[in-house]
Amino acid sequence: MTKLERNDRLVRLSLLMIALSAISVLAIITVFIFEQGTPIMFRYGFRSFLLGQDWYPSEKSFGLLPMIVGSLMVTFGALLIGVPLGLASAIFLTEFSHRRLARILKPVIELLAGIPSVVYGFIGLMFLVPFIRDKFGGPGLSVLAASVILGIMILPTVISIAIDSIRAVPDSYREGSIALGATRWQTVRMVVLPAARSGIIAGIILGMGRAIGETMAVIMVAGNAADIPGSILAPVRTLTSNIALEMAYASGEHREALFATGVILFIIIMILNTIANLTSARQRKK
Amino acid sequence: MESEKIRLEDAKMRPQKSRKDSFSNLTALMTAILLAAAFFFPSCQHRPGGHSLVVAGSTSIQPFADKWAEVFMEKRPGEMVDVQGGGSSAGIQAVRTGAAQIGMSSRELKDDEKDLYQIEVAHDGLAIIVHPTNPLENLTIEQVKSIFLGEITTWETLNGRKKEITVVVREEGSGTRGAFQELVMGKSRITKKAIVQDSNGTVREIVSRDPQAIGFISLGLVNESVKALALNGVKPTEEAILKKEYKLVRPFLFLTREAPSGLAREFIEFILSEEIQDLVHKEGLIPVRRGEPAESGR
Repeated sequence: MTKLERNDRLVRLSLLMIALSAISVLAIITVFIFEQGTPIMFRYGFRSFLLGQDWYPSEKSFGLLPMIVGSLMVTFGALLIGVPLGLASAIFLTEFSHRRLARILKPVIELLAGIPSVVYGFIGLMFLVPFIRDKFGGPGLSVLAASVILGIMILPTVISIAIDSIRAVPDSYREGSIALGATRWQTVRMVVLPAARSGIIAGIILGMGRAIGETMAVIMVAGNAADIPGSILAPVRTLTSNIALEMAYASGEHREALFATGVILFIIIMILNTIANLTSARQRKK
Repeated sequence: MESEKIRLEDAKMRPQKSRKDSFSNLTALMTAILLAAAFFFPSCQHRPGGHSLVVAGSTSIQPFADKWAEVFMEKRPGEMVDVQGGGSSAGIQAVRTGAAQIGMSSRELKDDEKDLYQIEVAHDGLAIIVHPTNPLENLTIEQVKSIFLGEITTWETLNGRKKEITVVVREEGSGTRGAFQELVMGKSRITKKAIVQDSNGTVREIVSRDPQAIGFISLGLVNESVKALALNGVKPTEEAILKKEYKLVRPFLFLTREAPSGLAREFIEFILSEEIQDLVHKEGLIPVRRGEPAESGR
C-alpha cells in the first residue's frame, strides 16, 4: 500500500466516524424518546392514547386524539394557504416577471425564513386574532389563525425551492412548447410545472415538516384547548404545543405522557414523510 | 434531474432536524435538572451543623421563597438556603423523609398529613377576571363552576349579552390551575373547550383583549387591564381575605417535621418579620397578620 493510498483510507475512515457520530445523536434521541414514552402507553394501552378524547393527565386520562387531529388540521390548513400562494409567487417570479424584479424579490422572500417564530406568533396574536374575533366570531384563537400564520411561515421554503426547480427546467422545453404554438401560460401549465414537479413536491414536504413541527407561534395563536375543534374558528391544540405547554410542571406519569406525545409525533412525521416521498417517487417515474 | 434528487434528500432530513432540535432542548433541560440535583445533595451533606437549609415543595411558592432566601442569605453571610420545587406533595414527602428541613405547600394539609408542623407565611388569592367593559360585577361560586364546567356557555343569563363565553384556563400541572380545581371545581372537570395558556400573564392578556372572556389568575397579578369579580357578593380585597370571607384563597404553608429549630426557625421567623411581610405584600400576596402566625401542633 502506498502512502497516498493509506492517507486516503485514513481520511475515509475519519469522515465515516464523523458521519456516524452525527447519526448516532439522532439514534440516541430516538431511543431516549421511545424509552421514556412507550412504557406508559403499554400500561394504559395504545388505544386509550390514540383514540382517547380526554386529556386530563392529573386524573390519569391521556387521550391524545384531539392533539393528533389538531396537528393534522393545522398542518393541512397551512398547506392549503401556503402552497397555492407560494407556487403562484414562484411561477410569477420565474416565468412572468422581469429578471431584475426576481433578483430583488427572491432574497426578500428568503429573509422571511429568518424571522423567529415567536415574532410570527406575536404578530398573529396582535393583529390576526382580534381580526378573526371581530369579523368571524369565536375567541379568535383558532385553527384558522394557526393555519394562516403557519401558511405564511412555510412560504419562503415553498417559494425558494419551487423557484430553483422551475429554473432547472431546460429552456429548450419552453422553446419547443412555444414553437408548437402554446401560449406562455399553457407552456407553464403543461410543460414547465410537470417537469419541475418533483422539486416542487420536495419543497412542499419541507414546508409540511416546518408546519407540523412549529410550536411557539402555534401556542400563541391556537388557543390550545385539548378538544377536537368543531369548526375552523374553534381553538385547537397540536402535539408539539401539548409538550411545550405542560413541560414546565409535569412530573411522574404526566411527564411520561408528554414523551408519549413525542412518540406519536415521531410516528406521524415518519408516516407523512414516507407518503410524500412515495408520491414524489411515483411522479418522477411517470 | 440530479439536483432535484439531492433536494429530495434534504426534504427527508428536514423534519428530523427540527425534531432533533426540540428534543435536544428537552434533553438539555433534563441534564440541567440532573446536574442541579447532583449539586444540591452533596452541598447539604458537606455542611453539617445548621449552616445549610433545604426548602422544597410547591412550585407556586418557589419563586417567592427564592427571593426571601436571597434576602436572608444577604443578611447572614455564610448561611445557605436552597429552594427547590417539585410540588406541594413532593414538599410534604421531602420533609417526612428529611430530604428537606422545610417543606412548602400551597394547599391545606390532608388529615393524614397533619402530623407535620405548619406555619402560614402568606396567602395567595385567586381572582376571577373578565374584560373591563363587561357589566358583570358579581358571580356565585356555583355560577363560576358552571361556566368552567361548560354548562353555562353564553353570557345571556349573566349580563344579558347573547355572546358565547370564552373560558381561559391555565395548563394541567400548574399550581394556579390546581388551586382553582380544588377551590372551585372539586372533583368535576374543567371543560375541554377552554382555551389553555401557560402563564398568569398570558391569561390576563387574553382576557384583557377579548370582551367575552373569563379567566382566573393570582390575585396579586390583577391590574387595571382586567376586572376582578366579586364572589358571592364579596370583593377580593385584602380585608375580605384576612376575614376569610373571600373564598378563593389558598395558604402558603411552611412545614417542618419537628417544632422548627436552628436555621429553619431563624428562616421562618425572618419571613414572618415585618420587612419580609412587606415584601410579600409588594409581590401581590396577602401577608399573614404579624405576631400571630397560625401555628398548629401535631
